[in-house]
Parts: sequence; C-alpha cells; structure tokens
Amino acid sequence: MLHIQQINKTFGKLEVLKNIDVRFGQGQAVAIIGPNGSGKTTLIKSILGMVVPERGVISFAGKPISIDAQYRRHIGYMPQIGRYPDNMQVGQLFDMMRDLRNGDTVTTDEELIHAYRLPDIYQKSMRTLSGGTRQKVSAALAFLFNPPVMILDEPTAGLDPLSAEILKDKIQREKERDKLFLITSHIMSDLEELATDVMYLAEGRLVFFKTLEALKTETGEARLGKAIAKIMEQEGRS
Amino acid sequence: MKISTAIEFPQTVVSLPAETVRAHQKMLKIAKYVVYDILRNRFVLAYLAFLLVVSMSFFNLESDPAKGMMSLLNIILIVLPLVSTVFATIHLYNSYEFMELLLAQPLKRSDIFLGQYLGMAVSLCIAFGIGVGVPVLLYDGSVRGLTLVICGLLLTLAFVSLAFLAAVLSRDKARGIGLALLLWFFCTILYDGIVLMGMFAFSDYPLEKAIMALAFLNPVDLSRIAMLLQLDAAALMGYTGALFQHFFGSATGMGLSFAAMLLWIAGPLWLAVRIFGKKDI
Repeated sequence: MLHIQQINKTFGKLEVLKNIDVRFGQGQAVAIIGPNGSGKTTLIKSILGMVVPERGVISFAGKPISIDAQYRRHIGYMPQIGRYPDNMQVGQLFDMMRDLRNGDTVTTDEELIHAYRLPDIYQKSMRTLSGGTRQKVSAALAFLFNPPVMILDEPTAGLDPLSAEILKDKIQREKERDKLFLITSHIMSDLEELATDVMYLAEGRLVFFKTLEALKTETGEARLGKAIAKIMEQEGRS
Repeated sequence: MKISTAIEFPQTVVSLPAETVRAHQKMLKIAKYVVYDILRNRFVLAYLAFLLVVSMSFFNLESDPAKGMMSLLNIILIVLPLVSTVFATIHLYNSYEFMELLLAQPLKRSDIFLGQYLGMAVSLCIAFGIGVGVPVLLYDGSVRGLTLVICGLLLTLAFVSLAFLAAVLSRDKARGIGLALLLWFFCTILYDGIVLMGMFAFSDYPLEKAIMALAFLNPVDLSRIAMLLQLDAAALMGYTGALFQHFFGSATGMGLSFAAMLLWIAGPLWLAVRIFGKKDI
C-alpha cells in the first residue's frame, strides 16, 4: 500500500535519509525505532509530503505521492509535537477540520473525542492547553476521519497512564480492522504490545525491517527492549 | 498488497471540473479561516482606525478635497506598503503551525499558500476600503477619488505578494522581516533617490522616456504617477510632466500601468508559490 523506493534526503551537508527502501502493507503495525536523530521523523514527514526527498519515489496505492495531495485523505497523522493556531478554541479546531474535509464521504470516528472528554474543553483556546491535552487533541484528530493508514510519532509521550492506555486500546482495535500503522516511540513496552513488525533506522540508514517474532528469535531475547538494546550495542561496536 | 473491502478507498477518478471546483472551495475555506484569525488579532482593526482618522482629518482640514487627497496620497504611499509588508510577513511566519496542520490534510500546497494570501489580501483590502475608500468617495466621489482607491487596493495586493515572497525565501523570521522592510525602504525611498541621482548625472541627455520606463519598475511610483495625473499636479512638472500626461493619460498608458501593477501582484506571488511548493516544513 505504501512503497518507499530509494529515497535520499539531506539537510545541508547532513544526510538524514540514505537510500531508504521499504514497502508497508495493510494489517501491519510497524514500530519505527532508532536513536535520536536517526531520521524517523524525517521519514514520516517524507511520507506525508512535508519534506521533499532529493531522490527516490514514495508511492501510495501504486501512485507517486508527488502527483496530488488527495492520498493524504487516507492518512491520519499524529505529530510528535502538535502545533495548532494559538487563537483557536478546541471546538473551533475540530469544526474547521471537519469543514475542510467535508465532501469526503467517510463516517467520522469520534470515539477518542469522547473517551478524552474533549467536548468539556471545547471553549478553551489551544494556547492554554497543557502538552498532554494537546496530545489528546492530536490523537483524536488523527483518528477522526477513519483513515486506513495511521502515522503516529511518539503517540504516548506526554500522556498520563490512563490516557495512554485509552490510546493503545484504540490502536489495538483499529489494527484488527486491517489498517496500517506506523509508530515511532522510545517506549519499547508500548511498541511490544502494538507492533507486528520492527523497522530499525540508524544515521539515516535502514538497518533492518523484520517481523517482531523473527527479531526475537534471531536475538534470542524474549523482550523487544532487550533485543533492541543488543542490536544497538552491536551497532555501536561496529 | 491486497486492498481489503473493509476499508473503502474512494474512486480517485473524478471528472475534472468537479475537482477544480472543489480545489477552489478548499482555498476559499482556508482564506476564510485566515481572515478569522487576522480579525482576532485586532491589528488590522487598528490599521483601519488609523486610516479612517487620517483621511477624515485631511478632508476636514482642507477646504479643497483635491488638496486633502494630495496629502492623503503622500501618507498612503508610505504607510500602506509598510503595514502590508510587515504585517503580512509576520503573519505568515506565525501561521506555520496552521500550515503544518493543513499540510497533513488532503490539501494542495498551492491551495494552502494561496488561501493564506487571499485571507491576508482580503483583510488588508477591507481595512483600506473602509478606512480610506469610504471617506474618499464620500468627500470626492469623482474619477480621481476612484483612482486613489483602486491604486491603494492594487498596491496592497502587490506588497502582500512581495512580503510573502520575502517570507518564503528565509526560514528565519528576523531575516524574513528584515528583507520585507528592505523591500519597503527600497520602493518608497531609495528608488526615487536613485532615479533622481541618475537624472542629475545624465541631465544633458533626453531622459523622459527612460524615466517613464523606470516608473514601471516600482509599484509605488506607478501609483504615484497615476494619482498625480488625476490631481492635475503634472502641470507643475514641466516637460516631463507633460510627457507623463501624454503617455499615462492615454488609454494605452493607463492600460499598461494597470497591467504592470497586475504583474507586480502576480509575479512575486507566483514565485513564492513555487518556492513554497518545494520547501521542507
């Protein structure tokens, strides 16, 4: 469904993505793991068309994404740090997003809006929200239009334990509906619960992309955290 | 990968006219939210009030509306480009959050950018329309009044274009605003100085045609000339003034200056859209 072919991206002299070549399909929940600055967010932003790679093609459902923006209709994105117009109220933000998307014939999914009791804070302006509450708004917005592909950049960072559980629960259920999830996180226990596949990036290179099971068997570790730690150590040594 | 039936992919093949209409609707919607945001900011309201006070007082102080118009013109030619460039640049930088949000949606980059432009242009034009347009048409509803209003509106559009270009050229806010200010300074003050110096240096040569051509390179000068001719002040400018009157007063001259103004609006905007289309957010 999502095919990334040989993409390269540099910021000035820094090579952020080096020949990344992967293919994601429906029903997969891919954990994108890598040290800070390994290119995870740049990869995500490339898929969303916010960052334009120098070389390579990204195609969605067989069509290169550079052709038109309509493919983003099928992607829900939860950014690492949700930045919203300061002067806007929470309710106005949701109204605006619905207004901008009307004409789409999808039924909206307001489960998270209610689970996080967002209607209670509809009158508050975005500027006054705490980091965690912003994250809740971001999560609710990402799921709102029921897209078949979800891209979540550090979804549980900043959420309180209860809210994080609500989100993970939601991801789990949506995963069973044959959606594709791309999730970055530094919290290995979260990823272990959610992921079917693991993609490891280091310094802009794709180190490996394999199923969670295969990774565990190869490293001989029962837990993802241990397995990744082992690989990071090996990486560091080589 | 197999696409399951559980999730429905809408047909991507849509007839072209419907697609175009929808694209424009999206742009207009974005513009609408930009206008909301600008109105909440109150700066534009202050600008409107300032223009209203200035124009009312000029018309009330001068018994002859033509004189009032002349004074008003001088203020407008300085203040309007300044406010348009600085406010538009700052606002675009402050809208990066908003644009980030929109970029993750199925919206074209050009629509997002043009929506921003439209929202900004409409807000500033409304402020000018009420602040200057209404008093001018009230005190002097003649062709010259109308010329002043049209010149002001075109000038606003041109400077918002230039400001947006300055803002996409640099990621750094301070540099972007600096560039916008430089543009303003160049167009309103420096350019005339350079032209004047050229005139002194080459005063032995017939320069009228060259001066006329140079006017096209500066939107502020274009507006000033169009206005001065309406105010019959050209008679004070000797031979050059007569030549200006002859050229800019003619239908061809008016058409050409109008076309040049449109070029000043569309050119920088087109360039800015192109740069924004390839920018990393």
